[in-house]
Amino acid sequence: MKPSHRPLFVARRNYRRRRMRDGARLLPIFGLFLIMLPPLQQWSEQEPRLGGQLVYLFLVWLFLILGAFFFTRQIGVEEDTPEPDEDDGA
Amino acid sequence: MINFNILVTVCLVYVVALFAVAFWAERRARSGRAKWLRSPLIYTLSLSVYCTAWTFYGAVGYAARTGLEYLTIYLGPTLVLVGWWWLLRKLVRIGRTQHITSIADLISSRYGKSNVLGVIVTLMAVIGTTPYITLQLQSVTLSFSVFASTAEGGWRLPDMNSTALWVAAGLALFTILFGTRNLDANERHHGVVTAIAVEAVVKLVALIAVGVFVVWGVSGGIGAMAQDIAESPIADAQFRPGRWVGLTALSAAAILTLPRMFQVLVVENADERHVETASWAFPLYLCLISLFVVPIAVTGLATQPATANPDLFVLTVPLSMDQQGLATLAFLGGFSSATSMVIVASIALATMVSNHIVMPLWLHWQNQEGAMVSGDVRKLLLRSRRLSIGGVLVLGYLYFRLTGGSEALASIGLISFTGVAQVLPAMIGGIFWRGATKRGALVGLLVGSLVWAYTLFLPSFGPGGILSESIMVNGPWGLEWLRPQSMFGVGGLDPLVHAMFWSLTLNTFGFLFVSLLGFPSPMERLQGAQFVNVFEHSTSAQGWAQSRAEAEDLLMMTQRILGAEDAQALFLQAANEQGKKGYLPDITPGFLERLERQISGSVGAATAHAMIGQIVGRTAVSVGDLMAVADETAQMMETSNQLKAKSDELTRTARQLREANEKLTELSIQKDAFLSQISHELRTPMTSIRAFSEILMEDEMLNAEDAQKYSSIINEEAIRLTRLLDDLLDLSVLENAQISLTEQDGNLGDLIDQAVATTSTLPSGDRLGIRRDKLSEDIDLHTDTDRLTQVFINLIANAQKYCDAEEPVLSIRLRKTGGRVAVDFTDNGSGIPTKSQSIIFEKFARLSDGNAAGGAGLGLAICREIMTKLGGDITYLPGQGGASFRVTLPPIPMRQRR
Repeated sequence: MKPSHRPLFVARRNYRRRRMRDGARLLPIFGLFLIMLPPLQQWSEQEPRLGGQLVYLFLVWLFLILGAFFFTRQIGVEEDTPEPDEDDGA
Repeated sequence: MINFNILVTVCLVYVVALFAVAFWAERRARSGRAKWLRSPLIYTLSLSVYCTAWTFYGAVGYAARTGLEYLTIYLGPTLVLVGWWWLLRKLVRIGRTQHITSIADLISSRYGKSNVLGVIVTLMAVIGTTPYITLQLQSVTLSFSVFASTAEGGWRLPDMNSTALWVAAGLALFTILFGTRNLDANERHHGVVTAIAVEAVVKLVALIAVGVFVVWGVSGGIGAMAQDIAESPIADAQFRPGRWVGLTALSAAAILTLPRMFQVLVVENADERHVETASWAFPLYLCLISLFVVPIAVTGLATQPATANPDLFVLTVPLSMDQQGLATLAFLGGFSSATSMVIVASIALATMVSNHIVMPLWLHWQNQEGAMVSGDVRKLLLRSRRLSIGGVLVLGYLYFRLTGGSEALASIGLISFTGVAQVLPAMIGGIFWRGATKRGALVGLLVGSLVWAYTLFLPSFGPGGILSESIMVNGPWGLEWLRPQSMFGVGGLDPLVHAMFWSLTLNTFGFLFVSLLGFPSPMERLQGAQFVNVFEHSTSAQGWAQSRAEAEDLLMMTQRILGAEDAQALFLQAANEQGKKGYLPDITPGFLERLERQISGSVGAATAHAMIGQIVGRTAVSVGDLMAVADETAQMMETSNQLKAKSDELTRTARQLREANEKLTELSIQKDAFLSQISHELRTPMTSIRAFSEILMEDEMLNAEDAQKYSSIINEEAIRLTRLLDDLLDLSVLENAQISLTEQDGNLGDLIDQAVATTSTLPSGDRLGIRRDKLSEDIDLHTDTDRLTQVFINLIANAQKYCDAEEPVLSIRLRKTGGRVAVDFTDNGSGIPTKSQSIIFEKFARLSDGNAAGGAGLGLAICREIMTKLGGDITYLPGQGGASFRVTLPPIPMRQRR
């Protein structure tokens, strides 16, 4: 155990930053969920849905790209500060 | 139609352009004007070596056969890049702090610098990558043959084998030229990376051009294309959920573990922030490159004959529509994808092979001969890397000949992915779990590799290939639960998913169980803490106990690996930080650790550790050291840090004091000796002057001849006295800063000429051979040339007097470091003992006792005063195989001619 001299609550700015990091961590998991959807879908109609699925997957892709772009912008600003809450390690 | 010659010419022009780009980038980087060469854009584009010819041509074929499944190959890496905060960030940080040179080095370094692991990962990488390289050669030759078969006049492709051979040879040449320029993995291959970035653009543009042509040129817009897609047979392709999940996971693993990806992602990374940009820019690249794959596949299926190979639609569709230019562009795109993959993969493999196989073997032989570290390691390393690059390409070519470029090769991409993915558990476990041990990694890797070979690699040679048909159907010795494609009765799975499932599962279980049961060695625990907690303490752990290593030996070894200049700079800096002067720092554990890191950037962690171990002797790490440095209970409290800083400072001061004290003691002895020396020196001529002048005064009977003789003796002795007093005066004038410099223009070569001419007239002046490089001496100076010449004369005269070699030779060499010019005077004598090196520039310092040399020990002191006045410096260079002095010339008003 590390000595816990970290404050229990942090200022609004720091709070936002930490949530941004959480967001960056969650993004690939959410992406994985979205990517795994198409094989699970069972459409009743016979009509082939390739076109729709193609469009869906590329939209997911675009969403991931924009998400990553957004989070790197948010996190990148304070890259130089030490990371006291880096307790995850995993 | 495009004939063969035009196609070859296009290829050659393209390759020449690549050479030019690489050469130009290398030049820019060398002259330090390469800011944008290290930009995030170049980094992102270089990651595109992921998209090989297999993806360039194969993706369309894949889409034509199985619908959307091809997307998994790109979606997996997208998830990894988008999730950079989890993994890539840590991997890149570790790669930079630990000077990792390859994925084998990462694993070996993490698990206690174990070379066994390095060798296993290297072998897996070679086995996994060779077929992949073959695939690239095959795709290039196939694309040539497409142009051949569609030609109306019908030109026959000269020989497939010779085409592949030429391609392989050209790639080897390029890779050797630009991939083995520098040794240290931390110096980036700017030329290669820039060329790869250019190729990335070419292949993207080519594929998009074909796509745009297909959608708007053939089909008539997006709406029509959507209609075509809905009507195409591709639309009937069913999702195979197992493969969808499996392939996404596999390609996600591959982007981390493929040797070439590790090379561009971690080793060639110039700045950690580039990962941030790449996290969205590289998925964008992948998205763009796969955007038009389905339209091309749909159009290909609709317009090409049923027998056409869907893998080549990218070429055959434009060709059949008579779009020669577009087809050539597509051809270049495929060519780019193939060449960039082969170049980076062979660099990565060559680094692994030479660091983990060649160097350890060489060290082993060196040991047997009883030599410590001899020979030029740098040259050896570069040579072994070059040979390895050649070897890797020869292997690829041989495999090509062996399989005859068969269709079976097409599936080899995924087989390779699965093979290299076996490194994943050891890698992820190693950077996130302190409990991962070397044995665990070893067992996991071996089990995974064996299962992979048994269930996927060997069966890929086809039934009756290496595994007989009966084994495939009934299992070995009739054991059904060991059937290669349904182990433990798990059947009904796709063979690839099956193999992936079992190899990675058993690999991970083996790794975890053995790690849980074992106890890691201290070195493993140290490295484990370093890797897992890389963000917390970036300070290095100390693996070296206090040792009796000789700084000079270490310097000699380091010079052979890093080159003289870098090694000297490193030692000089370390010595300065310790508060010492000169090139030889105290051999503290901290210094050894730093040195090892530096060397490992060139030869890999395991080898670097072994090499230093040879000199230092033991590599003991006690549990106490562990506790102090890396254990998580070691509390890094503010006070203890301050105390440590203070005690560090005290240590430094004490060291300086000790050094000063030693110097003073030595000087005091020297001074006593000098006093008696100088009285002797003054007294001897005085005595003879007095004696002879008395004779002259008293003896009336003296004939003219004798009188002449006696008075000339008196004269000579008086001159000797005057010279001695002149020297003393000179020094005191210099020291009291009363001297005025007369600056003028001069040429360094002329000054050295003058000094050599002057000294050759001295007694014993003809004994010393002098080696020079007159061309490099052509440098204009503006300084007090007379004083500078005086310094040179002094150094040459010293070599004449003191060099004790049978055939004394003095070599005068120029070095340019950091915009300053230094002249090194190195003789081949026995040099100056370490103990005395710190006092030779002091007044009255004389090393050899007796009057043999006849000087008063003022020469070097005068030299130093002069150089300081001129704004330059003079230092002693240890470890050069003789006495060696470096005169650093004053910096500013100096221009090189031309």
